[in-house]
Amino acid sequence: MRVKVNGVERSIDAPPMSRLLDVLREDLRLTGVKEGCGEGECGACSVLIDGELTNSCLVPLLQAEDASITTIEGVAQDGKLNAVQQAFLDHGGAQCGICTPGMILAAMALIQEHPDPTLEQIQEGLAGNLCRCTGYMRIFEAVVQAVRR
Amino acid sequence: MPRKEGARKVTGQAQYVDDLKFPGMIYGATVRNQARRGIIRGIRFEPGVAWDEFTIVTAKDVPGKNYVALILNDQPFLADEITAHAEEAVVLIAHPDGYLVEEARRLVRIDVEALPCIDSLQEAIEQKEIIWGDDNILKSYLMNKGDVDRGFAEADIIVEGVYETGAQEQLYIENNGMIAVANPDDGVTVWGSMQCPYYVHKALMPLFGLPPEKIRVIQMETGGGFGGKEEYPSMIAGHAALLAWKSGKPVKLIYDRAEDMTATTKRHPSRTRHRTGVTRDGKLTAMEIDFDIDGGAYATLSAVVLSRGTIHAAGPYSCPNVRIRSRAFATTYPPHGAFRGFGAPQSIFALERQMNKVAAAAGLPAEEFRRRNFLHEGQTTATGQVIREKVDLDDLLFRALELSHYHHHRDTFDRANPTSRLKRGIGFATFMHGAGFTGSGEVALASVVTAEATRDGKVRILTASTEIGQGTNTIFSQIAAEALGIDYSLIELAQPDTASVPNSGPTVASRTVMVVGKLVEAACVGLKLMLLSSGLLKELYTSEEFSSAASDYIDRIGPLRASGEYKPPPNVFWNDETYQGDAYGAYAWAVYVAIVTVDPVTYEVRVDDVVAMQEVGKVIHPVLAMGQIEGGIAQAIGFALYERVAWKNGRMANGQMTNYIMPTSADLPPIRVFFAENPYAYGPSGAKGIGELPMDGVAPAILNAIEHATGVEFNQIPLVPELVMEGLVGQRHALPEAKHAR
Repeated sequence: MRVKVNGVERSIDAPPMSRLLDVLREDLRLTGVKEGCGEGECGACSVLIDGELTNSCLVPLLQAEDASITTIEGVAQDGKLNAVQQAFLDHGGAQCGICTPGMILAAMALIQEHPDPTLEQIQEGLAGNLCRCTGYMRIFEAVVQAVRR
Repeated sequence: MPRKEGARKVTGQAQYVDDLKFPGMIYGATVRNQARRGIIRGIRFEPGVAWDEFTIVTAKDVPGKNYVALILNDQPFLADEITAHAEEAVVLIAHPDGYLVEEARRLVRIDVEALPCIDSLQEAIEQKEIIWGDDNILKSYLMNKGDVDRGFAEADIIVEGVYETGAQEQLYIENNGMIAVANPDDGVTVWGSMQCPYYVHKALMPLFGLPPEKIRVIQMETGGGFGGKEEYPSMIAGHAALLAWKSGKPVKLIYDRAEDMTATTKRHPSRTRHRTGVTRDGKLTAMEIDFDIDGGAYATLSAVVLSRGTIHAAGPYSCPNVRIRSRAFATTYPPHGAFRGFGAPQSIFALERQMNKVAAAAGLPAEEFRRRNFLHEGQTTATGQVIREKVDLDDLLFRALELSHYHHHRDTFDRANPTSRLKRGIGFATFMHGAGFTGSGEVALASVVTAEATRDGKVRILTASTEIGQGTNTIFSQIAAEALGIDYSLIELAQPDTASVPNSGPTVASRTVMVVGKLVEAACVGLKLMLLSSGLLKELYTSEEFSSAASDYIDRIGPLRASGEYKPPPNVFWNDETYQGDAYGAYAWAVYVAIVTVDPVTYEVRVDDVVAMQEVGKVIHPVLAMGQIEGGIAQAIGFALYERVAWKNGRMANGQMTNYIMPTSADLPPIRVFFAENPYAYGPSGAKGIGELPMDGVAPAILNAIEHATGVEFNQIPLVPELVMEGLVGQRHALPEAKHAR
């Protein structure tokens, strides 16, 4: 099966009903994709599939065939953090770090949809990604700062 | 100052235990008791998998002692003849195919002959069955100050109340997990998610009968803890290591969400009875408090959770006569354990609801009643501790009420509520939280931190204090950089590995910055003095000069390292027998205000605003400090309103994120955090502890606000809509005069 992951065409030899999460973590060793709940509630396994925020624990590999997938490993370009990553780093958006990869991808999808989001749009846009450390306030701040950059 | 390990976290490069893969590694799973308390009559392996391909471990395979070393050593790694609760581990299995392990787990049958169970605190108290000692009491304390009977005799008004709090799941987003390599020649090494490497180390020694140098515990990046990874990781490390010992292969044992939620520890449920005496002009004369918690089936940490809850039960008030009786009871639930606040959020919830009730009975506004009873410098707490810091609760209260526009909102809501569909209210709580281990605990821990220069001129901090999201790496780097007078970028943190870092005590009890941070400072000052006295470095140096001198020192003289060891602040006295004396080196003080909207049709409660005003000594890193407070408040909102553990047949029935509801980004109000600064003489750069404080005051502030909004007294959390409905429907049906009959 062929998928494009972080801009690179990959050929994957795995059962078509494998969870995309497991394929990314185990077959491609992209361990920045995290498993938090395995039932699509927490968003730790979020990736972008053709630009759309998706819980990779709920997607079978066959559904991702020929799609373009972005994981957290594909966000920084040439070792340079993107604006959202930099804002999370500068404004305390990451604490324990386990929700961070998914949260950053969710923030990127949010900004794509709402280039200048209101607080309500940020709150709604990130509501599928749970964070137990921050109480979300620093994450909202990071999104606002990323937009300003 | 950016988070030290932040770049790894925002790029997905940080390595958590589940991200590791070892050659030849096999996958483990835990088979738990499927019944409840009982006698294990047999274990059957039903057909369906090739059982000869599996590594199977039971209690008979334990090479050393079958207990998880902690306080009483009562909990086994694997139940043997008796099983005490529904989630107890009985059998361990492992196989190279992780999917097959899960299938096989379902094919193990454990036959249990049922024994009677204790399903509630009440049943434990009434001794429906004796399951622990002669009275089901795991631990009890009695604290006495003054003469409570005389205090009640002097009171004009006596007010009673009963308050209950539920279990709460820590719900770190990274589930628990361990990888172990173990054999008789090399000993045991584990890698995992944890708060306390040396607790795991201590537990593995007797399990395998091995000396300290044969046990090695390495902390991987840890995706949240909140107390939930204080003690249970010892159990999981033991399980992984037992499988590795028997199979001769590396074993990975990672919990899925359901297992993590149902089998590991949660916050102790509690019930508190208050009886308070007060004069007509609102002065406290007597406080009598009975504080009971549900410890679950083994003693684990209940004694110390109870201790902290007991000491905090009378709060930041000056009352001459106090009697607190507290008990932790055994029940047949999985053991409850550490969770941010450690008993204090439970007893403070009760106290701050009770204080509002007493204020009302005395005919005083809640804030005026607090003012008349606040502790001041020179006065004593319930343990008889003389407050020597410049505490100014009046100022904190004044500022919190101003920042939240308390009086304005109170008037506005009072005018609007009688005719508006939605009912709004505002409430607050005043409280304190002691940092570090209680009483003589820090002396017993005797924590150590080492600083050593590296050949490339950096300074590496060696400590067992773990980074679990709260910012240990960053704060320690800041403290070290300041003490050494060099740049933040020149500080490194060694990965916590018991083979190389000293025992700095556990990462708990808001002690990391205040207690261990002080040792970082001491170690760095020691290192600097060594370098200065060698003549290789002159005062008024730059970071570059320091670096080059440190490299020279290593080349010419040898290793450059210094350690800081714990020394108690002067004039600290604690009596473990009477529970009197200086309970904590320092307290953080706070006033939290909450605004709520109650919908009397759907029975939903929404928190609209939280103002958190606190004094935590000197704030070392404002962004991290605010993150700690905000995150704690979010958890506390969950504790107050959403997070209900549904118990069924002795186990958690809602062990999923779909039906155990923690706050999402869409559920939370603005959380506005303010610090008053008052440097603490014995903390690094004047800092005190901060981590647990925000868990304490939110729930009572919210319930005080709900009482303002609805006129109904709710005294139980989590206050889920069903309970709001019960209260509001009860109010509608109550006769008008009955409302005032107390």
